[in-house]
Amino acid sequence: MSKSPPAREALAARLRACVGSQYVIEDAETRRPYECDGLAMYCELPQLVVLPGDVAQVQAVMRICHACGVPVVARGHGTGLCAGAMPHPEGIVLSLARLSAILAIDPEARTARVQPGVRNLAISEAVAEYGLYYGPDPSSQIACSIGGNVAENSGGVHCLKYGLTVHNILKLEVISVEGEKLDIGSEGLDSGGMDLLALFTGSEGLLGVITEITVRLLPVPERARVVMAGFDTIQAAGDAVGGIIAQGIIPAGLEMMDSHAIVAAEAFAQAGYPVAAKALLLCEVDGTDAEVQEHSTRIETLFRQFGATSIRTSRNEAERALLWKGRKSAFPAVGRISPDYYCMDGTIPRSQLARVLTEIDRMATEYGLRVVNVFHAGDGNLHPLILFDANVAGEFERAEAFGGRILELCVAVGGCITGEHGVGIEKIRQMPVQFSPEELAQLEAVKQAFDPQATLNPGKGIPLLKRCQEYRTLEGHAHG
Amino acid sequence: MADCSRQLQEQVRTASAERRALAITGGGTKVFLGRRPVGEVLDVSAHRGIVSYQPVELVLTARAGTSLDVLEAALQEHGQMLAFEPPHFGPGATLGGTLACNLSGPGRPWWGSVRDQVLGIRLLNGRGEHLRFGGQVMKNVAGYDISRLQAGAMGTLGVITEISLKVLPQPALTLTLVQAHPPATAITRMNQYAGEPRPLSAACWLDGRLYLRLSGAASAVQAAAGQWGGDRLAAAEATAFWSALREQQQAFFQPALRGETPLWRFSVRPNATLPELPGAWVLDWAGAQRWYRGTGEPARMETLAAAMGGQVTLFRNGERRAEVFHTLPGALQTVQQRLKRQFDPAGIFNPGRVYGWL
Repeated sequence: MSKSPPAREALAARLRACVGSQYVIEDAETRRPYECDGLAMYCELPQLVVLPGDVAQVQAVMRICHACGVPVVARGHGTGLCAGAMPHPEGIVLSLARLSAILAIDPEARTARVQPGVRNLAISEAVAEYGLYYGPDPSSQIACSIGGNVAENSGGVHCLKYGLTVHNILKLEVISVEGEKLDIGSEGLDSGGMDLLALFTGSEGLLGVITEITVRLLPVPERARVVMAGFDTIQAAGDAVGGIIAQGIIPAGLEMMDSHAIVAAEAFAQAGYPVAAKALLLCEVDGTDAEVQEHSTRIETLFRQFGATSIRTSRNEAERALLWKGRKSAFPAVGRISPDYYCMDGTIPRSQLARVLTEIDRMATEYGLRVVNVFHAGDGNLHPLILFDANVAGEFERAEAFGGRILELCVAVGGCITGEHGVGIEKIRQMPVQFSPEELAQLEAVKQAFDPQATLNPGKGIPLLKRCQEYRTLEGHAHG
Repeated sequence: MADCSRQLQEQVRTASAERRALAITGGGTKVFLGRRPVGEVLDVSAHRGIVSYQPVELVLTARAGTSLDVLEAALQEHGQMLAFEPPHFGPGATLGGTLACNLSGPGRPWWGSVRDQVLGIRLLNGRGEHLRFGGQVMKNVAGYDISRLQAGAMGTLGVITEISLKVLPQPALTLTLVQAHPPATAITRMNQYAGEPRPLSAACWLDGRLYLRLSGAASAVQAAAGQWGGDRLAAAEATAFWSALREQQQAFFQPALRGETPLWRFSVRPNATLPELPGAWVLDWAGAQRWYRGTGEPARMETLAAAMGGQVTLFRNGERRAEVFHTLPGALQTVQQRLKRQFDPAGIFNPGRVYGWL
C-alpha cells in the first residue's frame, strides 16, 4: 500500500517548508538506502525520508505528522539488528543523522552533551584528551549513533563491569509525538518521581524522538590486559567463568567462542587462536598497573585449575588488540564461510550455557543448518549465528524458524529473547513467549500514555494483543 | 519466608473495586519521605524471603518485604554485597521500599544505585494483575523497562512484590583517607579524583574534612592512597563513619532527626559552585548529592538547585502536605499522570505521596 500521489506530494510540500527542499527525499532511488537497517532481510520503502537540521525542525516535522496521522520511524545510522528502524510504508523516516554535534564537554563533571546523530566512538575520541571515555561499546561503535544506542539500550563487551546505556546517561531531551519538548533527568545522578529516563532507554522509538543526550564519562584505565584460554569442553570453559566470579574479580570483558567460531575467526584474523579447542575464553582485566598484574596472574592460575589446554596473556597493546581482533571480526569471519547468517541475541543464566549449546546443536541438525556461537559470557548474552543461503529456496524461512526456537529455549531456561539488539519487528513473534497477555497489555498501555494514535514506529517492539493470538496459533501449528 | 502475593492481590482487587486509597507499607522506615501518606495501610512486610540466590551468577531474587538485614547477611556469607549500600533509616527496612524510594548510599556514583542494579520485578497493578517485567539476567531489552520505572515512584504505579538484583563481590581492601579542606576546594578535589583511574568508592565533605574511600585490589588501593595522601582512618572508625553518613546518624543530621530543622537534598552537577546560604552543608557522592540543613523558601531552593543543574527535595520535616519534590514542568506532569492512569486506573496506590497532582 502507498499513499495516493497527491497526498504524498502535499505532505512533502509541508515538510519541505520546514526543513528545506534538499532535506526531504522523495524519489525512490534515493529513498532506497533507508529501506532497512542492519537486518537487511526486512525491507520497506517509506513515503518520504526527512532530515531535519535542528531540534526546532524535528518539532515542526512531528507536529505536521501528528496532525496528519502519518507514522514516524526515527533513524540514527541504521546499524540496528532487529529491524527497529525499518520504515513504515505509509509513513516517513525521520533521519537524525544531521544532528551530529557534540554540544558541550565538562571534563571536571565527567559528562558530555551530544546530539543523537553523534557516533558512539566519536564521543570517546572527543574526550580522550581529558583521559576520559564513554563506556558502552557495541560492536558497531565506529558507525552506530548514540541516539540509536539510547533507543535500544545498547551494551557491548564491557557491560558486566561498566553497565549498559541506561547506566551511562544522565539526561535526555525528547520530542513527543505532538512535537512537545520534554527534559528528562538532570545533571545530577537522579531526579524526583518515577524514573522516566530508564523508561525511555530501550523504548525503540515508540515513545518519543530523542534529540539530545547527556552521557556520563569514565576515566580511561591505566592498563588493560587480555588472558586467552582454550578448553576441551564448553562445560569446562563455563565453569572457569564461574570460578573467576567466585574469586571476586569482575573482568572488564569476558567473551566465549565455540569451536566453529574459533576456526572461522582464526582463518579471518590470524590472531593465534587454538583451533583445536572446543571453547575459547577471552578475559580482559583493567585498572592500575599493579591491579592488572595481580588479577591476570590469578586468572591464569584459575584457568589452569579449570583444565585450560592453552593460555596466552597479552604482553602489550598490540598483542591485546590482536587477541581481540579475532573476536571482533567473528561476524565478518562467519560471512566468509557462509553466504548469509542470521544473528540471535538471547540471554541466559550462565549456569545453563552447556545445556543451551547442546540443545542448539541438536536443533541445528533438525533444521539442517550450521550454527556458530559467540557469547558475552560475563553477562550471559548469547549470539548464535545461524548460517544459511538466501538463494536456496526456503533456507531463510528455516533459519528464522530455528532462531525463534533458540529464543524460546532462552526463555525456558530463565533468560530472555533479547539482551541488547532489541525486539523491533524481528522478535515481535517471541514477545508472547516471554510475556503473558496481561503483561503485554500493560506494555501496550504504557505506549498509549505517550502515543495514543500509535504513529511512533508502529508495528515494532510490543505486539498488539490480537496479533499475539495469531502468533500463538501459528506456533501451535509449527510445533505440531 | 512467606508468599503472601495472593492475599495482597485480593486486597488490591477489593480496594480497586471500592476505589479505596491504599498506603503501601513495608517496614515503615521511610514514612517521613515524600508527602503525607493517605489511605488504608497495605502491609507488604509479611511477603518476604529470598526466592533465589546464585552467588556465581551475581543475581539475587527476593520478595519485596524482605528486610535489608536478611539480604545483607545472606550476601555476607558469600563475600558479596548490595553494591548500592542502601540506607535503612531504621530497623526492618525492606527491599521493596528501598527501590520505591530509590535510596542508595555513599558508593552510588561508582557502584550504581538501587535502580541501576535492578534486573526485574513482579508488580501488582491497579487491576490486581500480578505481572513480571525484566528478568534474572544482566541484559534484557524486551519490552519497556517497567522495573527501573518504579525507582522513585514511591508505589504510585503498583505494589512491587518481588525484585531481582545484580549483586557484587565485596572489595578485597577498603581504606579511608581524610584531608582538611574548605568546601570549594573539596568540590574541586572530589571531582579531580573521580576523573582519575583510581579505585575511588566514596567521597564526602563534612565539617571541614574530605573523606575519600578507596575499595578494590589491595595493590591499587595502596598505590592511590600513597598518591593522594591524607590521614588514614582505622578500619573500624572508617566503617562507622560511612555507615553513620548513610544512615544520617552524624551530628550534622541530629537537629533534623529531632524534627527541629528542615533537611534538603540537592541532586546536582557534582562540580557546581556551592551557593551562599546561612545553614550548614554536607557534600556526598563527590559533590552530586548535597544535604542542606536550614530553613528556606521552596521556590528559592528550586532556583538554586536549577542553577546547579539539578533538583532539590525537602527530605525531612517542613510542611509535608505541600509539595516536597522539585516542581516539574507541565508537560512532564501530564506524562506522569497519564502513565499513572495506565497502571492504576482507579488511582488507589499511594495517591499524592510523590506529588499532590499524582
